[in-house]
Amino acid sequence: MVAYTIRRLLQAFALIFVVATLVALFIHAIPGDPVYVILGENNVTPERVAAVRRDLGLDRPVPVQYAEWIGAVARGDFGKSLISGRPIAGDLALRLPRTLELVLVSTLLSVLVGVPLGVVAATNRNRLPDLAVSTLTLIGVSAPVFVVGTLLVLVIGVQWGILPAAGYVPFRENPIEHIQHLILPCVALATLETAILQRMTRSSMLEVLAEDYVRTARAKGLAGRVVVYGHALRNALIPVLTIIGVQIGSALGGTVLVELIFNWPGLSSYLVTGINQRDYPVVQAVVLLIAALFILLNLLTDLCYAVVDPRIRYG
Amino acid sequence: MASADVSTRPGGAAAIGPSSAMARHAGESRSSSLIWPRLWHNPRVVASSLVLLIIVAVAVFAPWLTPQDPMQMDSSARLQGPSAEHRLGTDEYGRDLLSRIILGSRTSIVVAVLSVAAATVVGTIFGLVGSYFGGIWEVATMRSVDVLLTFPPILLAIAVVAFVGPSLPNLIGVIALLYMPRFARIAHGAGLQVKQREFVEAARVLGAGTPRILWLAVLPNILAPIFVQISLSLGFAILLESGLSFLGLGTPPPEPSWGNMVGVARGYMRQSGWFVLWPSLAISLTILCFNTLGDGLRDSLDPRLKQ
Repeated sequence: MVAYTIRRLLQAFALIFVVATLVALFIHAIPGDPVYVILGENNVTPERVAAVRRDLGLDRPVPVQYAEWIGAVARGDFGKSLISGRPIAGDLALRLPRTLELVLVSTLLSVLVGVPLGVVAATNRNRLPDLAVSTLTLIGVSAPVFVVGTLLVLVIGVQWGILPAAGYVPFRENPIEHIQHLILPCVALATLETAILQRMTRSSMLEVLAEDYVRTARAKGLAGRVVVYGHALRNALIPVLTIIGVQIGSALGGTVLVELIFNWPGLSSYLVTGINQRDYPVVQAVVLLIAALFILLNLLTDLCYAVVDPRIRYG
Repeated sequence: MASADVSTRPGGAAAIGPSSAMARHAGESRSSSLIWPRLWHNPRVVASSLVLLIIVAVAVFAPWLTPQDPMQMDSSARLQGPSAEHRLGTDEYGRDLLSRIILGSRTSIVVAVLSVAAATVVGTIFGLVGSYFGGIWEVATMRSVDVLLTFPPILLAIAVVAFVGPSLPNLIGVIALLYMPRFARIAHGAGLQVKQREFVEAARVLGAGTPRILWLAVLPNILAPIFVQISLSLGFAILLESGLSFLGLGTPPPEPSWGNMVGVARGYMRQSGWFVLWPSLAISLTILCFNTLGDGLRDSLDPRLKQ
């Protein structure tokens, strides 16, 4: 297990390095001169062109730019925003916890709702509760996150006015309002994850319920509830739990749309603003950070798999 | 990294680890006479195929089906609800929503079909070449696939579009790039299994060249899993196209696309809920059908996975 962990760690760092290289080269993929693209048509004066070129380090040879960028990033320095002039690292540190809050709360929500619904569906296989829940989750996996989010804003935020439609209030300022603003974006993010978890739990439960030891437990007269929760669920949850890392990763991708819809000042909205303002250093930093998080999550997931299933370690 | 595979797949539960499921499949030739009756007896496959046929037909014949000119503005009829004149209401410029939804189906279907076609061809070639030749080829193909899978799909798409600019060809290219790895994985796993079988060896002994072996002996044996993946990927491609268009990074306006309609309608929700509702329903219904078809195909083509 130790050797496997070390090997996977090295692989993960190699991947992050490759991603950093790609991200560093992104700026050279812009058609035309990036400096003119950044400045726009009207603001081009020789002084400003020279200033932006110097800020981005574009006045030096590409290998030097690359080495300096990688070196700076390794020290946690992502440069300065072209628009605000503030260090990007500071903004990232401010916004990362907000995005992680959305991701973690929605993941928790999806586990708390998805797993019980999966159990209900499996224990009532092909009866009304199963059909009802499974139909709901089929809709849940098919409705895009931005559609769910937009419709939540429309119905709950605008028409009913029960919860704030969008915005963010820091927890320290007003905890209650903070949580009110948190609910809708988390529900939007959790919809897909809940549906996937429900489907996984259902199929995993059905598999386990057909096992011999479950029949044995029933045959020796254990109550149905004890068999389902004591014997079957505990084993059925193993594959479900290992998938949660993957769920967190996909929720991380979902925040790109959800933060925009709910005006949540996290990493992803920083990214979208950066794109719209052609603030390329910001775009590079956020893409790299989210990709690195994603890689580390995948690593954790694979390690969980390896703990559960020894065949993977030696494969 | 079977995990990254799962994360990008709202198709869900039963779809975990396609390559392992595929691997079991490989080498088993099933005559088509056995597959078709089984498909026809699956009501979900039949129903979703029918709806998809209608959607594709609408997309193909869109210009002849629109009741009104989708670009015709009418400032006296902005953001209206459904009426006799405008069956689904009007948008922020008073354009007929039904006509725009009909025309918007074109963008979604064209982008989805072209990008998944490209992903299928490139991915399958990647996987087959990697598995068949092994060694450096395997490292080159599968490691590049791994790199692509390290980004959340929507993030990679946004990053690429942010730098190369939004346009229809760029959109198709990005989506193809994103879904190529799934096909590469499937073809790779199945190719590894098939290349050891006697019939491949027999073909080689008979003097068949490598391309011929791959085409005639290996490819037919991995078609079933690839079809399942095509169906699921079409749904994801529509999801991604609409998501990017929603962000303003996909189909450029005034060309209607379901995604950019939802994105624009979001700004007018206080005036009209209908505007945002219709394109949302169109996207969700289409993805629902592709998911259902994919699940049904998997059940029919590989009964062992049936839940």
